[in-house]
Amino acid sequence: MSSDAWLWVAVIAAGVLAWATKFVGHVVPQRLTDHPRIQRTALLVTVALLAALAVVQTFSVGTALVLDARVAAIAVAALALALRAPFIVVVVLAAATAAALRAMGIG
Amino acid sequence: MAGVKLDAVRQQALSVSLATGAYGISLGALAIAAGLDVWQTMALSLIVFSGGSQFAFIGVIGAGGAPLAAVGTSFFLGIRNGFYGVSLAPLLRPMLGLRRAWAAQLTIDESTAVALAQPEGDRAARLAGFWWTGTGVFVAWNLLVLVGALLGQRIGDPTAWGLDAAAAAAFLGLVWPRLSSRLAQGVAAGAAVMALALTPVTPAGVPILAAALVAVIAGWRAPRIPPPTPTLHEVPS
Repeated sequence: MSSDAWLWVAVIAAGVLAWATKFVGHVVPQRLTDHPRIQRTALLVTVALLAALAVVQTFSVGTALVLDARVAAIAVAALALALRAPFIVVVVLAAATAAALRAMGIG
Repeated sequence: MAGVKLDAVRQQALSVSLATGAYGISLGALAIAAGLDVWQTMALSLIVFSGGSQFAFIGVIGAGGAPLAAVGTSFFLGIRNGFYGVSLAPLLRPMLGLRRAWAAQLTIDESTAVALAQPEGDRAARLAGFWWTGTGVFVAWNLLVLVGALLGQRIGDPTAWGLDAAAAAAFLGLVWPRLSSRLAQGVAAGAAVMALALTPVTPAGVPILAAALVAVIAGWRAPRIPPPTPTLHEVPS
């Protein structure tokens, strides 16, 4: 299969799994999920994945670790988040920071 | 009086829907930059319908990861939605067939948060919160993802526009509201170190999945903390 076909398979598979996960929550007997360890782990898995995605997206190109304009952009994003800026503003500020640095030939 | 209260719930649902929909634009543009076409972007958005999982999927694909790794990462990020379903089930029962299947699809951070933010005894307000927010976000999110994807097609080199940095900032913005406890901060730091350490030595996508192990170990060993509750300050769907 072509890589585009595999991408379609992945899109559909991710969708079916996402829906099935939500559906199972609605039909499963509550006592099966009432364990604090299970609930806590589910919460922390979300945190771990998002944190890992953030740093990999900031510091890597393929399998190489690099420092470029994205580092300044993520710092600006963190500052905006600390100042309670809305999500869309945070994202736009980060993009603008990286774009401006690159336009100046940095990173 | 009940009518006034329901109006307030619907207003809250509308504002949450618009705020969430707005960053659908960034998801749409980033999906195109990651290499998906408009149809794939819309299929992902309509079927997965969970912002964190969608950002994760395109993040792994955009980094050159295997499609299977993208599916795995998006699945693990969606597990929390299953727990939201558990919290909502007593409110929504009895409900069968297609209606239940559709309620499941609308079970995301925002709909759960607005529903459960209403007084515990006010079933009508809670139901309105769930259905109005779920439906509102579904419509706004998917429309604006389409707008973002169409814009993304027209802008040429995504790095010149800083879209790679926008993706990084999106993940930071998604994790930020979840870092209120020391335990969560520790897990985030551990996961970040684990992912960076593995990046040079494993295929793209693997470092992200491996970072989830940090959470599993910490979640199993840590002392009691409250179960996951969705928060409303600019959380992902």
